[in-house]
Amino acid sequence: MPDMSAIANPQQRQFNPYAENGGTILAVAGADFTVIAGDTRQSEGYSIQTRYASKVFRLTDRAVLAVNGFAADGNMFVKKVKQRLEWYRHNHAKDMPLRSIARLIQTMLYAQRFFPYYVYNILGGIEEDGTGAVYSFDPVGSYEREACRAAGAAQSLLQPFLDNQIYFKNQTAARGYSHPAHLPLPDVLSIVIDSFTSATERHIEVGDGLEMYIVMAKGQTLPDAVTNLLPEELPSTGDGERVFVLKRDLKKD
Amino acid sequence: MDHFPTNWGRPKYDSFDTHATYPIHNRGHAQSAASNGAVQHTHFSHSKSALRQPIVTGTSVLAIKYKDGIMMAADNLASYGSLARFKGVQRLHPVGDYTVVGASGDMSDFQYLQHILDGLVISEEANLQDGHTLGPAEIHEYLSQVMYQRRTKMDPLWNSLLVGGVKDGKRFLAFVDLLGVTYSASTLATGYGAYIAQPLLRKAVEGREDTLTEHEARTILEDALRVLFYRDARSINQYQIATITANGADISGSLKLETAWGFAEGIRGYGAQTQ
Repeated sequence: MPDMSAIANPQQRQFNPYAENGGTILAVAGADFTVIAGDTRQSEGYSIQTRYASKVFRLTDRAVLAVNGFAADGNMFVKKVKQRLEWYRHNHAKDMPLRSIARLIQTMLYAQRFFPYYVYNILGGIEEDGTGAVYSFDPVGSYEREACRAAGAAQSLLQPFLDNQIYFKNQTAARGYSHPAHLPLPDVLSIVIDSFTSATERHIEVGDGLEMYIVMAKGQTLPDAVTNLLPEELPSTGDGERVFVLKRDLKKD
Repeated sequence: MDHFPTNWGRPKYDSFDTHATYPIHNRGHAQSAASNGAVQHTHFSHSKSALRQPIVTGTSVLAIKYKDGIMMAADNLASYGSLARFKGVQRLHPVGDYTVVGASGDMSDFQYLQHILDGLVISEEANLQDGHTLGPAEIHEYLSQVMYQRRTKMDPLWNSLLVGGVKDGKRFLAFVDLLGVTYSASTLATGYGAYIAQPLLRKAVEGREDTLTEHEARTILEDALRVLFYRDARSINQYQIATITANGADISGSLKLETAWGFAEGIRGYGAQTQ
């Protein structure tokens, strides 16, 4: 018996303006630094489109934005955020503060409420008070400040791991000890790298390469353990916050 | 006569495309609509947007990086459904002095894009004469913005495009499709080529982008085109190859693929059968 529902309810094949391009992003805030990371695989369905497409972008000396979801929307959104930040710089002769960028992003996302950017954003950087911060957004602009967040294809694999390792959920401190409020940078980088190697093992849309942006608060230097990993420092405009990039290979299968 | 080729040779209830024939024609349901006294809902009565679909289509485009620049290839067929309608179509289009755009998907949308790009080169280069010229990166950025804007209007240009070129000693190779999705890699393929040719190209090219000679690159593309011709029912054995080097873009004339079918003689189901 043929499928008669196709005749009963004639369906027009409608153009779908969205695609899902895989990949995963992740950010962790420390006391005086933030790490924002993303893999570099871009895929559609079972096809790898490219092994190197960045999902993490530096916005200012103290703000880095990671975008994940529909790649065309992501690139367009980053382009428009950068443009708004440039206008701000020309109007006010300074970079927009991180919490203001967060509110700007929520406004820009909600402006598209009825034809949304199909993008999950994670904004990381340094606040005006010198603390590390992570803001996470949904596609229509709901946002909050957090200490860590994973988004994208492997969110369901990574977030529980971060809850356990960053927030110490379901861990009881030994008698007389307490869990640290913030982890040091080398520990955070280890957790980030392990997160992505694990996600690469278990999720087909994650892999190929890893880009980690490290934003250091004003006056802070990288610990030796991190300097030894040979991060690239991005040129900054002043003597304030500094941004470093660390790249790692992930499995390509 | 039913002028929509995807209806030909099909049972009447087969209103969906089980074999993913491309393009997919939406069968009209004028008969039932008319008997209900409802508004006649014919194929042409719909609004222009949202329901458009590719009609005359080109199949895969292939492109690789090699020592001297970029090499691209596409066959010369424009199909009307399963009908091999136009067998002498050029799907590689030079833009400015440094760039070639290759198109698969709807050929009339591609012709529109050629018109837009030729106009762009006239207004940005011929008219201004300011010493600035458009390279492949600029052409690709422009194209991706056009494609993204049209998808946002829900009226897409139904193509997958490869943009290749060399300018200021830098090779450039990138993709853009009807959604405005972009990416770049040392080997690219559209359509069925993404499934059939891309693995072959990656195996032959990755890690050897700076050493492959023009002859090797040409052989790699021809081998991939041959496999596509054997397996892609919307392809043809006539093709063109574009080479873009520091010396500029060169697009070959129409070439013929050498094929071998001798293996089929002994296989039941291929050649003439004697039970």
